Amino acid sequence: MNYRSETALWIAQRVSAAILALCVTVHLITIVYAVRGGLTAAEIFARTRGSVGWLAFYSIFVIAVAVHAPIGLRPVLGEWLGWRGQSREIFVLAFGVILAWMGMRAVLGVFT
Amino acid sequence: MKAVALIHRISGVALALFLPVHFWALGKGLQLDVFLRWTEQPLVKFAEWGIVVLLAAHLGGGLRVLAIEFLDWHEWQKSLAAIAAMIVVGAGLAFALAL
Repeated sequence: MNYRSETALWIAQRVSAAILALCVTVHLITIVYAVRGGLTAAEIFARTRGSVGWLAFYSIFVIAVAVHAPIGLRPVLGEWLGWRGQSREIFVLAFGVILAWMGMRAVLGVFT
Repeated sequence: MKAVALIHRISGVALALFLPVHFWALGKGLQLDVFLRWTEQPLVKFAEWGIVVLLAAHLGGGLRVLAIEFLDWHEWQKSLAAIAAMIVVGAGLAFALAL
């Protein structure tokens, strides 16, 4: 991968990290609040169904994760498994697309 | 690799592996309760606590990286590592107490 692409990935990783710092903080607080007294589907849906605010929040969260996780896995695959070259790039891209698809499916699943 | 950086990396890999399962479970709609009942088992609860701690660890480690790279706080690296550890312990305790 050329220098320009590596720089673009570095920027995307930091921008997504900054977004995720906020999202994860909100998510951790929500988790701790939600699990008190047990977790039920009805409780989750009561919070999320029809809530445009949560839809927007979790959509941004999922997109940021789908950008962040594949870029983060790239060097790990290279350094720990010796996996480099085009096959690795295709794998991490596919992983990002799958995360975005599964994540948005989950978000829409608890919204509608 | 420094211990803090190693924890950041391992927690990141663990979260990347966990996310597809998390999304799959949330995408189950009304069948979600069947899955949530399964998560009531002590071992699964312990694993949940682990993943929450790893999420907090990755957040703490990530904030440390952003601070080092963008805020010119290089001499504060040890303090930043301590702050990251505080975030982990705080989130872990809060989750454990809420369970």
